[in-house]
Amino acid sequence: MALDADWAERWVRRTADAIADAKGELTELDRQIGDGDHGENMDRGFRAVVARLDDPAAQPGAGDERTVGDVLKLVATTLMSTVGGASGPLYGTAYLRAAKVSGRPQIDPPAVVAVLEAALEGVSSRGKATVGEKTMVDAWQAAVDAAEAAARDGGSEVDVLRVAAEAADKASTATIPMVATKGRASYLGERSAGHEDPGARSTALVLGAALAAALAGPTSADPHGAA
Amino acid sequence: MTARVALVLVSHSADLARGAAELAGQMAPDVLVRGVGGGPDGGLGTSLDAIQKTLEEVLAVLSDAGAAGGGVVVLGDLGSSVLTVEAALELDDALAEHVVLARAPFVEGAVAAAVTAHGGADRDAVLASATASAGMFAAIEAAQASGAGETAPAEAAEGSRTVTVRNPLGLHARPAALVSRKVAELGASVTIDGVDASSVLQLMALGATQGRELRVEATGDGAAEAVTTVVEMIEAGFGEV
Repeated sequence: MALDADWAERWVRRTADAIADAKGELTELDRQIGDGDHGENMDRGFRAVVARLDDPAAQPGAGDERTVGDVLKLVATTLMSTVGGASGPLYGTAYLRAAKVSGRPQIDPPAVVAVLEAALEGVSSRGKATVGEKTMVDAWQAAVDAAEAAARDGGSEVDVLRVAAEAADKASTATIPMVATKGRASYLGERSAGHEDPGARSTALVLGAALAAALAGPTSADPHGAA
Repeated sequence: MTARVALVLVSHSADLARGAAELAGQMAPDVLVRGVGGGPDGGLGTSLDAIQKTLEEVLAVLSDAGAAGGGVVVLGDLGSSVLTVEAALELDDALAEHVVLARAPFVEGAVAAAVTAHGGADRDAVLASATASAGMFAAIEAAQASGAGETAPAEAAEGSRTVTVRNPLGLHARPAALVSRKVAELGASVTIDGVDASSVLQLMALGATQGRELRVEATGDGAAEAVTTVVEMIEAGFGEV
């Protein structure tokens, strides 16, 4: 089962649900080591994305010709326009770079890996962050490493997304003892230790939604996702 | 508006953006300076749409001067405004062709860039001026530490005179901008009390109030005339006496 634009749309809708459910948790994490707006900002951004997907006049791509990249590009521009904080351009750039490598109706496991690599490259270059600085890059890098290994071993799209989501979740938890050296949390220095990075947590939610969307298949009740 | 380079100042705060644009614009009336600030909901934050709209408007006004050396220099205040400008340039190649983001202190960089642009400088020179503003504090400390005017400069000045500040407010923003713009036109290398007189920021940082005696020195082509010109400007009181 290759992943198509309908999967991408289910992914985005499920991300919006997951972010909405975790809004309070993300904001609480960000209140501890940041400026306390990550949950609100991400929720506002993804609600705006869903609103555009629901708007017949704003549909990405052209009907049956719609590509995975069309959907991801819509996410990119909407997040950049509506989030308002640093996570807007960071996630926006991740989706934008991912869209550039997925301009096809369907993507296979190596292409799924390419999407994740492009997203990682977007976040790290825009944020000028690398692994170990207690940022969302930690979660993205772990996801990419796991996904590359799974694809190399001949795993399916679902296999690739499953290990990516699990790795991101673990990597996010692993940010708890770290001392932040990038982003707003770095202002706290040593005091940033003991708290999970909110951007790493939201990354884990995004990738968990990608897996759930693949597992759900095209028979889910998504208004535009049904075959 | 005759300058070929415009400035766009992007802040988390609409008030801060507007205020910085007002300040920089006042010191460089020939330069188009626009501020854009605040999030999508109007509170503190950054709005991609507002940044794109402002850049497009500014480029539309500049269109005639958008040729060689023209364009827009952008300054951002903090994290997400800088990131959002970078994202806007990544999204739109046409914007990226004419717009460049300066890594510079927001207020000091805006003032320095505006004054440089006022003299008709090209985009690279305006960008360099903004970037150099990051070093202004160190430059001023170095000038003061060397005991400006007390010790002989390494390169003997070809012209040197002292002048007393006459206007009540001293060498504040507007006079400093007038002097630095004039010095940039003259070609000679001019210092006032040891600081670079073509730098509006360094002149302002002298804190030269009424009654203070300043030493004006110059080297290079037309040094003596340059000293005379600057001394006359200061003696005339900038229209404030």
